Amino acid sequence: MSVLQALDIGLAFLIVAVAAWTIFARGAFAATVGYVVYGLLLSLVWIRLFAVDVALTEAAIGSGVTGILLIGAAARLRGGETAGDEKSLSGAARLLTAGLCILVALALAGVVLLLPDQGPSLAPQSMQNLAETGLGNPVTAVLIAYRSFDTMLEKVVLVLAVVGVWSLAADRYWGGAPGEARAERPEPTLAFLAQVLAPIGILVGVHIFWVGADEPGGAFQGGAILAAMWMIVMMARLTEAPQTNAFWLRLTLVAGPVVFLTAGVAGAIFAGGFFAYPPGFAKPIILFIETFMVLSIAVTLPMLVAGPPRREPRQ
Amino acid sequence: MTSATLAGLVGAALVGLGLYGLVANPQPLRKILAFNLMGSGVFLVFGIVARKAAAAGLQADPVPQAMVITGIVVAFAASALAVALVLRLFEDAGQVTLNPEARTKLPDDGADAG
Amino acid sequence: MSLVLDLFGIVAIGAGVFFFLAGTVGLLRFPDALSRLHALTKADNLGLGLVVLGLLPRGDSLLAALKLVAVWALVQLAGATAAQLVGRAVRRKGSAA
Repeated sequence: MSVLQALDIGLAFLIVAVAAWTIFARGAFAATVGYVVYGLLLSLVWIRLFAVDVALTEAAIGSGVTGILLIGAAARLRGGETAGDEKSLSGAARLLTAGLCILVALALAGVVLLLPDQGPSLAPQSMQNLAETGLGNPVTAVLIAYRSFDTMLEKVVLVLAVVGVWSLAADRYWGGAPGEARAERPEPTLAFLAQVLAPIGILVGVHIFWVGADEPGGAFQGGAILAAMWMIVMMARLTEAPQTNAFWLRLTLVAGPVVFLTAGVAGAIFAGGFFAYPPGFAKPIILFIETFMVLSIAVTLPMLVAGPPRREPRQ
Repeated sequence: MTSATLAGLVGAALVGLGLYGLVANPQPLRKILAFNLMGSGVFLVFGIVARKAAAAGLQADPVPQAMVITGIVVAFAASALAVALVLRLFEDAGQVTLNPEARTKLPDDGADAG
Repeated sequence: MSLVLDLFGIVAIGAGVFFFLAGTVGLLRFPDALSRLHALTKADNLGLGLVVLGLLPRGDSLLAALKLVAVWALVQLAGATAAQLVGRAVRRKGSAA
């Protein structure tokens, strides 16, 4: 057994163990911490699968931003876990559920083991047309060039999620700012971290977005890092969460999908097909669209984590 | 047993674990956690499909990778909405439970909700 | 020469792994939160530092080596802040935090 195989097997056992702990842990807070650990280990598995872009996204969004969301929720819900009113499943129902879940897992495992060694692949086509898009990273090409319609719809889904979250506010709070209504002094330790980390983080985020055209990286990963920097500055109370009726906020939220859709429609007019790029101009247009995507994502993710407005809007 | 097959089996186990957690755990936040677990297990199965479709000098097919990236972002958006719903329920009812017979903990029966 | 570099790498990474092991044992076995924090920060600080030191000769270029050191510095920053915050929370609310 080679060292890499030992690493793979060890990682597999560790991931299943941490996932089992997340499901069976006593408190919600412990389970959430387990989920963040699980997400980071999962990024290692993605690297072993030679999918580095996915590993970056899993570490940044799957484990990082989702972790912030869930830990914040678990902390706020700490007093609300009542054991008395919960109708847990009876022992027999639990056994039945476990049996059925094991069946599902075995069926999936069977499918995994029965996959052919060399499956049908779109890799050759992706590589063939890569030169025309001017990009070097095939995953970015799939996201922004070959299947750009999917990515635009994904941005729209993000905007819909923000609208959904904001609509959960009480009527009188519509348009206000999310977060608690107290004027806080900056928390000193977090303020130090934010002041040192934010410039570095912004640089790293922009770099990962820019370099995603040719190497692993891209708009989502870079945007997630920028979002994290804004979140840490807000957590350190160095800046207030913006009012949700602020014009710049709403403009930035929709800028990504709007620019994307405009490029698609312009492609229908100038390049002969919906979401087609004119040959020779593909890379500048792609980078232009991605810039607005990054700004949109960097603003959307913190708004999703901050939650619905809980203060009256100031006029 | 290649690393891709191992990752696929881990994905299958995660789907099973996540499904069990989704059904068996009564608290909504734990259900959201289990749902995310299930989602990442499904993404791992995508990953093995991508790895087995390695061709043309690439180590993994880029199309399933792009789908997984999209999936991770959409899963986060769904989790954010679900968490916002849970927190709003907590604000209004003083407790978080999916039990329809649970009594609310607030004396005014949530009549204050705007 | 490359043998010396390989040996240096193995010794440094081995020492780093030992510190991580010690930190994990401390996390599991120490009695209260503050001493567990102490064990963890040693793992972060020395363990990662030694691993990075062992990896430096194997880098492709000077830029790669600088990136490794930058990773270590960022982990230091995050770890120190987290340790401060956890320590303050433990002191305020007692060990049950």
